[in-house]
Amino acid sequence: MVGNFVGILFDGVAYGALLFLISIGLAITLGLMNFINLAHGAFAMFGGYVCVLVMTRAGVPFFVALGAAFVAGGALGAVLERLLYRRVYTRTHLDQVLFTIGLTFMAIASASYLFGPGQQPVRMPAYLTGQVRLLGIDVGAYRLFLIGVVAVITLLLSWLVERTRFGAQVRAAVDNRTAAEGLGIDVARVFSVTFALGSALAALGGGLAIDVLGLDPSFPLKYMVYFLLVVAVGGPRTIRGPLIAALILGVFDVAGKYYVPEVGSFVIYALMVTMLVLFPNGLMGKRT
Amino acid sequence: MKGLSDGRWNRYEIAFWMVPVVAYFALPNYRTFGSQILVAGLFALSLDLILGYARIVSLGHAAFFGLGAYTAGLLAHHGWGEPLSGLVAGAVVAALAGSLASLLIVRGQDLTRLIVTLGVGLMLYEIANRAALITGGVDGLPDVSMRPLLGMFAFGINGKTAYWYSFAVLFIVFCLTRRLVNSPFGLSLRGVREGEKRMPAIGVSVRRKLVIVYTIGAGIAGIAGALLAQTTQFVGIDVLGFARSADVLIMLVLGGAGYLYGGLIGAAIFMILQDQLSSLSAAYWQFWLGLLLVALVLFARGGVLPALIALHRHLRGFGSPLRRKVEKT
Repeated sequence: MVGNFVGILFDGVAYGALLFLISIGLAITLGLMNFINLAHGAFAMFGGYVCVLVMTRAGVPFFVALGAAFVAGGALGAVLERLLYRRVYTRTHLDQVLFTIGLTFMAIASASYLFGPGQQPVRMPAYLTGQVRLLGIDVGAYRLFLIGVVAVITLLLSWLVERTRFGAQVRAAVDNRTAAEGLGIDVARVFSVTFALGSALAALGGGLAIDVLGLDPSFPLKYMVYFLLVVAVGGPRTIRGPLIAALILGVFDVAGKYYVPEVGSFVIYALMVTMLVLFPNGLMGKRT
Repeated sequence: MKGLSDGRWNRYEIAFWMVPVVAYFALPNYRTFGSQILVAGLFALSLDLILGYARIVSLGHAAFFGLGAYTAGLLAHHGWGEPLSGLVAGAVVAALAGSLASLLIVRGQDLTRLIVTLGVGLMLYEIANRAALITGGVDGLPDVSMRPLLGMFAFGINGKTAYWYSFAVLFIVFCLTRRLVNSPFGLSLRGVREGEKRMPAIGVSVRRKLVIVYTIGAGIAGIAGALLAQTTQFVGIDVLGFARSADVLIMLVLGGAGYLYGGLIGAAIFMILQDQLSSLSAAYWQFWLGLLLVALVLFARGGVLPALIALHRHLRGFGSPLRRKVEKT
């Protein structure tokens, strides 16, 4: 029972780590530009398809495919930001919602046109399948790998935000855009770079998610509420907030589906309602 | 913009309401489709109260549509096939759910509202899906047999009763809604829309207004859902789906939010477009829909109805920049 509980906790943490990786870009765009990007999941889906494509067509190893997804996602984000997103930053939230739902619909239709409506199969390298023994309990090797990858990325991100000049610019722009611009920070450029980085991380997350969440054209809509929830509960202004929120969500979702399968996803909705009532401005948000 | 409306009907409005009547006689083969447009228009009208007048962006308005549909459908399924009481029941259940949801919705900002509306919609879909013994699950609820309307008009295969029933319900609800937005309550709603921060200064409780309007909007959505269940004599689980929430939002912004008529015009355009484009290539309707949304936001802000109004003003010389300058001096 205890081993079981630890196993579920472990799976939940792995799931939450994945949610965090995909959602962090959404948190950045929201915190920086107050922009609600419902198409964020489409970048994750894009990364997933890039992964599958280069693995099956070009036969490259899984790690190289993940790298390709990261780069392609970043490039796509940079191009779309330049061509489309930039035009709607200053619009109302309603316009942003409509615009990004439109993009999501186009992404879904394109994906089912190009790849068909079914789930994409992916063959993991042998060393990432099966179980490994860790501190006396059996855990999934892939889950362990996921947690490791996200831990490294989180440390890198924290270093980027807290220790580098670019990170200082991002923090300044989030805290007070006008003052940051007054100090000579090119906020538009800062935003382009962070948008591309957020898209790249989402695409990487999409590639990593194939084995856990699956990959089919409905991906952006199916998980949209999870990504939004991570950001809303965690608050968009920090890295720590969304990380904690994602881990809580992941653990409760996995535990709920394991212990009370008949109510399934209601656990997560009940949790969502409670969290939003208790923390209307997010876990790390300012109290009003 | 014009000031206080005196609530009188102008000639364009009267002409507008003649269109469904003319369509009934001119296009006898499209009566079933026509009543679906009328139902969609009613649904869009309910969202207009919430989005156009209260500025609450909802991604889960189908929750209330579906509640109304299942309420009326289940009543008829279990033998209570009287249409009007079924309609009222659908409205009451949806309004109750709406008032509960509104308590959460008025607390948060746009993002919180998006998630709560989306989450409530998904949750209800999941309930309908799991409770297949009661709702029929993904197969839908069959055997929704209706008794004749008012004891006289049977719901036949030719769609006559369904059409006039939908039209009458839409028109009556529209008149009540029109009355509501021209009332002092409607004025204070507009005040909330234009300056949410200033309204408390003149003693208006913004939250209270939002709770009331959200409840009414949910109730009307419930009527629309019940109407669909009764006229099609079937309830599919898609009445609660995300696609329906997204579609109604698109209909409303396509027509123009905040005018009451925008939703009706948008519903008609949307349904006809969908009918035509899906018959061309059913799978890629979604792509064109997405493109339409993106284009709408980028190039045609406000929707069809505001564009028509601007055109009309322009043609009559009002509102053209030159004229405005003359008026000022």
